[in-house]
Amino acid sequence: MSESRADKAARIRHLLETEGDAVYENTTGFNEGRYETTGQLENYEELKDEARAVKEDAVERLPDLIDQLRETVEANGGTVYIADDAADANEYVAEVCDDADRLVKSKSMTSEEIEVNEHLEARGVDVLETDLGEYVLQVAEEAPSHIVAPGIHKSRESISQLFEELFDPDGPLETAEDLTKFARHHLAEKLRDADVAMTGANFLTADTGTMALVTSEGNARKCVASTDTHIAVAGVEKVIPTFEDLQPFIELIGRSGTGQDITSYISLLTPPVDTPTLDFPEGGEMGDGDDREFHLVLIDNGRFEMRDDPQLRETLYCIRCSACLNSCANFQQVGGHAFGGDTYSGGIGTGWEYATHGEDSAAEFNDMCTGCSRCVNQCPVKIDIPWINTVIRNRINQGEDPSQFEKLVDGLVPDEEPEGTDLRKRAFGNIDTLATLAGETAPVSNWLAETPPARSVMERVLGIDTRRDLPEFKRETLVKWAQGREGPADPDRTVVLYPDLYTNRVLVERGKAAVRALEALGIEVVVPSAGESGRAPLSQGMIDTAQDHAEDTYETLEPYLDVDHDVVVVEPSDLAMFRNEYEKLLPEDDYERLRSNSYEVVAYIEAWIDYTADPDPLAAGDGEAVAYHSHCQQRTMGLEGPTVDLLEDLGYDVLTSDVECCGMAGSFGYKSEYYDLSMAVGEPLQEQFQTAEAADRTVVASGTSCTEQLGDLLGREPTHPVELIAPDE
Amino acid sequence: MDSRVTEFEDALARHNGTVVRTTSESFADDLSDVVEAPAVGAPLADPLEYEGTGVETDPSVAAIEAATTGVTPCRLGIASYGSLVVESTDGGTEPISLYANHHVGVLRESDLLADMPSAIDRLGEAVRDDRTDNIIATGPSATADMGGLVYGAHGPERVTAMFVEGL
Repeated sequence: MSESRADKAARIRHLLETEGDAVYENTTGFNEGRYETTGQLENYEELKDEARAVKEDAVERLPDLIDQLRETVEANGGTVYIADDAADANEYVAEVCDDADRLVKSKSMTSEEIEVNEHLEARGVDVLETDLGEYVLQVAEEAPSHIVAPGIHKSRESISQLFEELFDPDGPLETAEDLTKFARHHLAEKLRDADVAMTGANFLTADTGTMALVTSEGNARKCVASTDTHIAVAGVEKVIPTFEDLQPFIELIGRSGTGQDITSYISLLTPPVDTPTLDFPEGGEMGDGDDREFHLVLIDNGRFEMRDDPQLRETLYCIRCSACLNSCANFQQVGGHAFGGDTYSGGIGTGWEYATHGEDSAAEFNDMCTGCSRCVNQCPVKIDIPWINTVIRNRINQGEDPSQFEKLVDGLVPDEEPEGTDLRKRAFGNIDTLATLAGETAPVSNWLAETPPARSVMERVLGIDTRRDLPEFKRETLVKWAQGREGPADPDRTVVLYPDLYTNRVLVERGKAAVRALEALGIEVVVPSAGESGRAPLSQGMIDTAQDHAEDTYETLEPYLDVDHDVVVVEPSDLAMFRNEYEKLLPEDDYERLRSNSYEVVAYIEAWIDYTADPDPLAAGDGEAVAYHSHCQQRTMGLEGPTVDLLEDLGYDVLTSDVECCGMAGSFGYKSEYYDLSMAVGEPLQEQFQTAEAADRTVVASGTSCTEQLGDLLGREPTHPVELIAPDE
Repeated sequence: MDSRVTEFEDALARHNGTVVRTTSESFADDLSDVVEAPAVGAPLADPLEYEGTGVETDPSVAAIEAATTGVTPCRLGIASYGSLVVESTDGGTEPISLYANHHVGVLRESDLLADMPSAIDRLGEAVRDDRTDNIIATGPSATADMGGLVYGAHGPERVTAMFVEGL
């Protein structure tokens, strides 16, 4: 393990131990809440489409909308300042606060992004965070670990200890109620005589100059009500065309974020607000609302550049709800502090860091996205977050300076990547070349690879953790096995089975079972020799190489599509390539053709049985109890259901897991710095499959990674569902 | 209409608020039962009045800060969420609904809308015409930032909707 990998591993272990439990409890709570509350919406998908359409339109017309918003706010009696960057914004805010002693803030990530607190404090302004979570972090001098709930890494005990050390309270502060009351009282005193309020803005409507603030505590309302001057800081992407456009966002943001159908307060302010001014120290009559002042500071800070970047533009559609963090299996274990980033961390945070702080900040945690895709369907504006992460990974690869050793390797591997690409990324990205070599020399290659010296070199040079078993390559590939095989005499149909790398060379039995099951149903199966789909290089951010693979794969499959053969796929991550990522890698017509004719093998069989109403050729379950873990990308495609349905129809007793991801996620779990995290992610799955109800069941998994991870976690080798249902030869 | 009221009651109950059904005639009596002194209130639309309820109108800033109960009219109710929409007025609805421990929102039957799309349409007209400020408030203020869910973070700990039938 290189020094930096060892450091990273140690940092992750430390966070797992110190913050992991609190983060896990909170994020999984939000995650379950999201599934529950979005499930209550009859028109969830339509609302997401509407929200997406509003943002697409708004970002397209952004310069005009900003002009319109400026006119509206000015007509309403406020001012608008457009800041090029953080320094520009801070300078303006400092001028507005020139005579102020104290500024009170409600939670705003944009204000964190520009580090306005430090700037104002240096000018002698007392800055106070009033969101209770932010307040805790302010006094603890810690950074947020989550964009919506900044202090989720803090346990009640740690807050209690902090308050007792800092404030020496009269009585003990033990319960959450004690702590809340204490902080509320303390902050209320400070709010009474504050001079300026700073809020963010979740949305700004160009036609009316209205800002929407989504909150729960009521502190944003108090900040605005109790001060005469209100500054709102917001990224330029927060502008949407009309007041009515707020509707889908209001219905989606709470559900998508903390899993509440709505938060306590949605403030729809059209500032300067009308509410009377309040002089608490005087305590007399309420004042005149007309005396209020409002400054809107719209911040560019890299956003317009991102708007001109076709690959990353959709980052600007993000409404910062945090669904992508809460649904991320890695994030659930360690939280934002492990994800680095100057301000934004986890999920879409890579995109935001890339725009606002640059590539180095984004690079810190980009590898933590495994591309499992669980966030994709959770995003209320349908951003393809894994793709954003892949694009940035690709750009990081392009920018790295090659070492001499890497220059040597460059000549040996067949990829399209620049010399600087990290060596390990190239090893995993070119796994097909390695697998072919290993397969052709198996079993000798397997023996050699598992020797201590070999594993030691792999760990040192490639960072492949020695605690992982390596895949065992079979000498006879699925393609070779299938050659010259006699199919059904009078087939009803012919399909082409795509022999993905692992089904072809490692988990060959599941491939054979797929062929047997299909043939038993009267379907002829062709297994052509084919290349790797591009999933492996894509996961390392090697987009050019992935595109080469995609083109080759399409070329292999095209003749079968020409004669109307369906494409059947065993490995879910490869099917996900055909259905999703190929949209970015292939010409539109080719992509559409392959997408609409590709099927997951068990879903295909399930549909076939549904059509023929004759399951007899398949192996019946006779009540066999199985514990089934579907695959992350399979579930994102909505394809867990058919496997469960078919197994149950055939008489299997099926128990399913409900974790987002097994933790292996392709090459991720092999990487030495991430091994502990990968195992921690797998722990809830391990627990689910070790309960009394599950412990004696046959373990079944659809994905290669999940099969490897479950084998490591349970010491029981999983089988693929198609192996269960395929009749013997 | 009655199913809409029931939906509103259920939704607000889910958000830890309460609905009290009343009429113009019994309003003052019912409100007296709900408020705990010291109580302050913002002006209500005719024919509803505070007379005999002990609610102080046109309160000073000190009275608002010291109040246990704050009573305000609500511009709209949203049945599917159990939300009350409080429009900021010169009479101080915003601070009165915010600083007291218990917010009592007075909602007329005719102002109860079915869902969010109808509420946003209605508010859109008002904002376009008068640039009003509105809070969609759903249940008490809440936080989970101190290691557990607590009601009464910065805003009210209790919320009651006085639902005036027939008005």
